[in-house]
Amino acid sequence: MSLKLKYPTSTPREFTLSVLTEDKSGLINQLTILFTKRKININSLNVSVTEVKGVSRFTIVIETSKDMIDNIVKQIRKLIDVLGAFVYEEDQIFYQEIALYKVPKYAIVDGKSIEDLVSKSGARILVIETDYMIIEKTGKAKETHDLYQKLEPFGLLEFIRSGRVAISKSTRKTEAYIKELEASNSNKLSIKDF
Amino acid sequence: MNTSTLVLEKKRSKKTTRIKGSDAVLQCLIAEGVTTIFGYPGGAIMPIYDALYNYQDKLNHILTRHEQGAVHAAQGMARVTGKAGVCFATSGPGATNLITGIADAQIDSTPLVCITGQVPSHLLGTDAFQETDVMGISMPVTKWNYQVTRAEEIPYAIARAFYIANTGRPGPVLIDITKDAQFAEFDFTYDKCEKIRSYHPYPEALTSDLEAAANLINEAKKPYILVGQGVQLSGAENELIRFAEKTGIPMAATLMGLSGIPTSHPLYVGYLGMHGNYGPNIKTNECDVLIAIGMRFDDRVTGDLDRYAKQAKVIHIEIDPSEIDKNVKTTVAINSDAKQALLGLLPLVNVSTHKDWIDEFHQCDKIEFDKVIDAELHPDSGEIKMAEVINRISEITDGEAIVVTDVGQHQMVANRYYKFQKSLSCITSGGLGTMGFALPSAMGAKVGQPERTVIAVIGDGGFQMTIQELGTIRQSDLAVKILILNNNFLGMVRQWQQLFFEKRYSFTELDNPDFQMITKGYGIKAHKVEKREDLDQAIFDWLNCEGPALLEVVVEQEGNVFPMVPSGASVAEIRLD
Repeated sequence: MSLKLKYPTSTPREFTLSVLTEDKSGLINQLTILFTKRKININSLNVSVTEVKGVSRFTIVIETSKDMIDNIVKQIRKLIDVLGAFVYEEDQIFYQEIALYKVPKYAIVDGKSIEDLVSKSGARILVIETDYMIIEKTGKAKETHDLYQKLEPFGLLEFIRSGRVAISKSTRKTEAYIKELEASNSNKLSIKDF
Repeated sequence: MNTSTLVLEKKRSKKTTRIKGSDAVLQCLIAEGVTTIFGYPGGAIMPIYDALYNYQDKLNHILTRHEQGAVHAAQGMARVTGKAGVCFATSGPGATNLITGIADAQIDSTPLVCITGQVPSHLLGTDAFQETDVMGISMPVTKWNYQVTRAEEIPYAIARAFYIANTGRPGPVLIDITKDAQFAEFDFTYDKCEKIRSYHPYPEALTSDLEAAANLINEAKKPYILVGQGVQLSGAENELIRFAEKTGIPMAATLMGLSGIPTSHPLYVGYLGMHGNYGPNIKTNECDVLIAIGMRFDDRVTGDLDRYAKQAKVIHIEIDPSEIDKNVKTTVAINSDAKQALLGLLPLVNVSTHKDWIDEFHQCDKIEFDKVIDAELHPDSGEIKMAEVINRISEITDGEAIVVTDVGQHQMVANRYYKFQKSLSCITSGGLGTMGFALPSAMGAKVGQPERTVIAVIGDGGFQMTIQELGTIRQSDLAVKILILNNNFLGMVRQWQQLFFEKRYSFTELDNPDFQMITKGYGIKAHKVEKREDLDQAIFDWLNCEGPALLEVVVEQEGNVFPMVPSGASVAEIRLD
């Protein structure tokens, strides 16, 4: 892997973890404990159901070293109700966040309306209420932050951004993975590239 | 017969009976082959204790004097039998008192099933009397935990609990059962858990890894085997001996690996780690192939990792993938249990001998004997030394006893000088270093192996952490032999204060009570020895008397345990004085 050559294994960098679990209470604690015990801050966390009934997916973004993430992923896989855990670097995934902006309805700055800005930023107007409207933008953190900076002069009322959702470049089906796991008597580590 | 037919037959033959949750708990335990429970009752677990009243012919409940005693006793029983130990506690403080033992079992891979009562489900989250978030508290220190709020979940939870605790790398499991689930009636049926789709406890060694390891072993000039607890946990003692004898490779044991190989075996070269033997430590940095079997390269074994076995190619046989490459980077990792790996390696390795290499260990033994051991075992005068006491006990018992140690100097001395001959005989708190472990653990060991001599070796500090279990020993008539090595100090901390903190003895001196009087007060025989000439007779009398007995030996106040790899030093920098 070329990435191994680019960075020493102890240098901190960003990793995206994708964890498939049984849909059971308490799993979020079990996962976060593995970060808190190492005093690692979670940059972003997203939990959702998957296309497979009873299976949830956690997408976790953290900044740490390669050595540390390798060990954490192995310990995540060890959790009894974890079906699989995969670690990705930026070039192995497609990912997005969603941002919502609440702005006054009729604000104009430098002769430009919010509508102009929205259409040029690849955002869209989600709702228009009497006094304000909600703008929605999906993108990477930098893109949603750029729009935030542009909207601020208009008297931005509120801004909120989701955690990252990421999808890998692998062509494996989630359902096929779960079936493979069910049939396997061996160790879940044998499936590495999901 | 294929598995689908089996499942069908099972379903057809299953009958249900309508019983209470509390009865179901006990019937599940019986179905899992449990014979003994250590526990302590209280409000939230009362329905289970009420049911237990009717099961006294099938389940032996031992009432401890503190929940910590119950969990350590369950650990002791698990360690000598290889099967999950079981303990009961009530909610709140009952459950939190289990936590130290659970953490100890987690780090030392001991199978446990801990069952706690919980407040009724409608009171969860209300700060009810004796309500505590046991799920949250136990989560970081259990292999798995589960809260039961409906009686119907009991068979599922307990079946999973035993399966998870006992399989793969063993560990503790906690089941928290609300009081209403204990009271409720349901249609009971029990199926043992045989598979969990997200849990694969027995990874299979890859042929390519076995072959790569065998090639390294066959070409090695100075190969060296490190034996961890995994050998005993997987029952690979015989396979290890066959492997070592075929390849002629010397073996050393970690603290947790002790007793996995008889110390009398000609290829056994000693004990590893901070207070281990001289040769086994320094040779780690001289071997060319290091074969680590079922061990996890704890910092007390490796010393400074940056200067640990850097010259060696490392083969790591380990069931838990998260231990591989965690501390020491491997050349070849074999991810399977020790027994499967050794069975796979046996046909691939060549017959060999390494006489010159083994002689190097024996030369080190001579150095250690001259500089340390001789003076420890055969002092002419002065105060009694811990080592000579252990050595006499070892000789008198022919190394055949189960030795349960607490934590501190006496632990290191006992494990250095007791010559273990039988497997599953060294019971100690290794990873967590839990003072107070030995007395209750020895009770569990005695219940698990009633025919064997069980000796608890304890310091005067640790003894007072769980001293109340003398009451359990008396009431349940557990013939544990208790040895107190009394130096009136928290000896290991004092040793560090002497060596690394300019002899500033900050809060390590103990003004102790009369241990004999306390022990006799509990109705247990006790004897104290202060003079060397009385030692032998006292040991004979203590070991030969009926029932439990305590022997207190007043030992050298400021004795130090050597050799020693100071914290942060390399194993090659082991100090002999």
